[in-house]
Amino acid sequence: MKENPFASTQFERRKFRRANLNKWIMFSFCAALIIPLIAILVDIFVKAAPVISLDYLWLNPANKGKEGGLWAPLVGTFYLVIGSLTLVAPVGILAAIYLNEYAKEGILNRVIGIAVTSLAGVPSIVHGLFGLGAFVLVMLPAVNSVIGSPNDRASNWQAGLLTASLTVAVMNLPVIIASAREALGGVPQSFREACWNLGATRWQTIRTIVLPNSLSGILTGVILTISRAAGETAPILFTGVTFFKFVADAGWEKIFPYNPGEPFMAMSMHLNIISNQISQMPEGMKYGSAAVLIGLILFVNSFAIILRVWLRGRKRW
Amino acid sequence: MARLAAPLDSLLVMPEQVTNKSKRKFNFFDSIEKPTEWFIRLCGWSSIIGIAAIFLFIFKEAAPMLPRLDWVTFFTSPRWIPNPAPGNPASFGALALLVGTFTTTFIALIIAVPVGLGAAVYISEFAKGKVKETLKVVIELLAAIPSIVWGFIGLMVLGPLIKTVFTAAPGSWWGQVMVTLHLASAETGAAQGTNLLTGGVILALMAVPVIVSLSEDALRAVPDSFREAALALGANPWETVRRVLFPAARNGLLAACMLGMGRAVGETMAVLLATGHNNRIPAALTDPVRTMTATIAAEMGETVFGDPHYRVLFILGIVLFAITCSINVASDLIIKGVKKANKA
Repeated sequence: MKENPFASTQFERRKFRRANLNKWIMFSFCAALIIPLIAILVDIFVKAAPVISLDYLWLNPANKGKEGGLWAPLVGTFYLVIGSLTLVAPVGILAAIYLNEYAKEGILNRVIGIAVTSLAGVPSIVHGLFGLGAFVLVMLPAVNSVIGSPNDRASNWQAGLLTASLTVAVMNLPVIIASAREALGGVPQSFREACWNLGATRWQTIRTIVLPNSLSGILTGVILTISRAAGETAPILFTGVTFFKFVADAGWEKIFPYNPGEPFMAMSMHLNIISNQISQMPEGMKYGSAAVLIGLILFVNSFAIILRVWLRGRKRW
Repeated sequence: MARLAAPLDSLLVMPEQVTNKSKRKFNFFDSIEKPTEWFIRLCGWSSIIGIAAIFLFIFKEAAPMLPRLDWVTFFTSPRWIPNPAPGNPASFGALALLVGTFTTTFIALIIAVPVGLGAAVYISEFAKGKVKETLKVVIELLAAIPSIVWGFIGLMVLGPLIKTVFTAAPGSWWGQVMVTLHLASAETGAAQGTNLLTGGVILALMAVPVIVSLSEDALRAVPDSFREAALALGANPWETVRRVLFPAARNGLLAACMLGMGRAVGETMAVLLATGHNNRIPAALTDPVRTMTATIAAEMGETVFGDPHYRVLFILGIVLFAITCSINVASDLIIKGVKKANKA
């Protein structure tokens, strides 16, 4: 019997085995990320299961969070997200339009690019310090000197929803710029050229061609910003969040409990305080609020994922 | 040519149609083109305004203390005593805080860099179809989990686990091993579950998504012709990765690791809950530590506006700002270097 001249040599077989082994090692790295993550999430949700109910979401926390539910912090987080989003979304999207559609290659564009990356890397606690220094200590006295009366201290605005929303907005600016820019960059250049050739101006092109074609991508970025804003603690720590504020148990005041100039409660702060600063906190309440916060974030994020899959399906280029 | 004739005919525009402007329909959105462009330009500069404002306002709060602070003590002494007591004078020595920040970051990177790069290579070069999509979604979920939840996981789930592993009866072999290898400073093991190791692992889990997604971008930026050339030369997939893709994407991978490091340095709530918050220089892997970020978060609420303690916390903020900004600018320059090289 003749030997197969094309058979792999000992050396080649060894190399192939090593390549395969390395592939499995890399796969095990991925598994090392996924399995503990799932185990931890399951653990939290299982331990939270006994307390979670509709009442848990609907009732206000009582007795320093040891009893009752999560309504007041939940609604505070909701208004924080809405506030910061209305402040940051227009500015961020327009900034992305400027960077992608107007800016020419040059020193200014480069500086803006570096500013966006630096802003994205600023630690969240430094954003908190900035919010304290800029919005609470400088902006609020200015606001109060216009609308408040010096005799009536109680009517003056304090650090609250407004200052916290502004701080979180600054923090999310680079996130929304980066994602919107990516969405705008995904629109093929030929679309723009075709539009210009029909005589449209730059602004008409952006309005009628570029924005409609990148809308879903921009929305995905906005949704990711929502989930980021909902979970942040450090930036709002000194700029308006509080652990306890009285919220009415019924009526319109339950739906709209916070003035923009009053301290508010938020889910992330609630979890922070009850998980390590209050003694004899029932385990169920800790795990319950963690599970609600995680569930909220995953719920919001799943929209972004669904939107992206749907977007890929109907892409026309 | 015959097919073109009809459309060309219809494109012919009579001169009076062009000049007759009154017939053109008025469109509100077209009429605001000029102001809109200026507004867009202003928003484009918003990030520069933002970063300048952050620097300005933090500097403004810290400024009165800058000339008065004993900088030698600040960088060389671990004595952080912000509230003076009789026999215990105030001292702002941030050495232990700096060491705490950098040791947790170091441990996080030791774990996150190999895992992150490995996962990125697997996702971008080996995984296909459903597996690839699932992995990408999981990485995104890891990135989406808020830092306070990571802190909670460190405090409630990982901490007790690490405490169990690093506990031994006095005199047992495991206790001696731990002391010899500096895994714990006492033979009985870790004093508490929240410590350097717990904080490092939690930070690693937070840095991994950053490293994975940026490394994946860097690997995807390598042209397919490189892979085809390697395949044509008879390289197997692993050889392609090691000899072709890693050198080609080197700068992007480096930048990814640096940005992961930036995230680990700046993380606040997770380390506040998971590192034990103890102001001392760690002697072993399971000693509790305290970071700069956690110090600001924990102490700012107790300070009186304008006193030295308040201002020193802002100085810590400047130090953090300087560290993360230099990391980010450096990685930006590295990535830009790649783009220039690819263009040439």
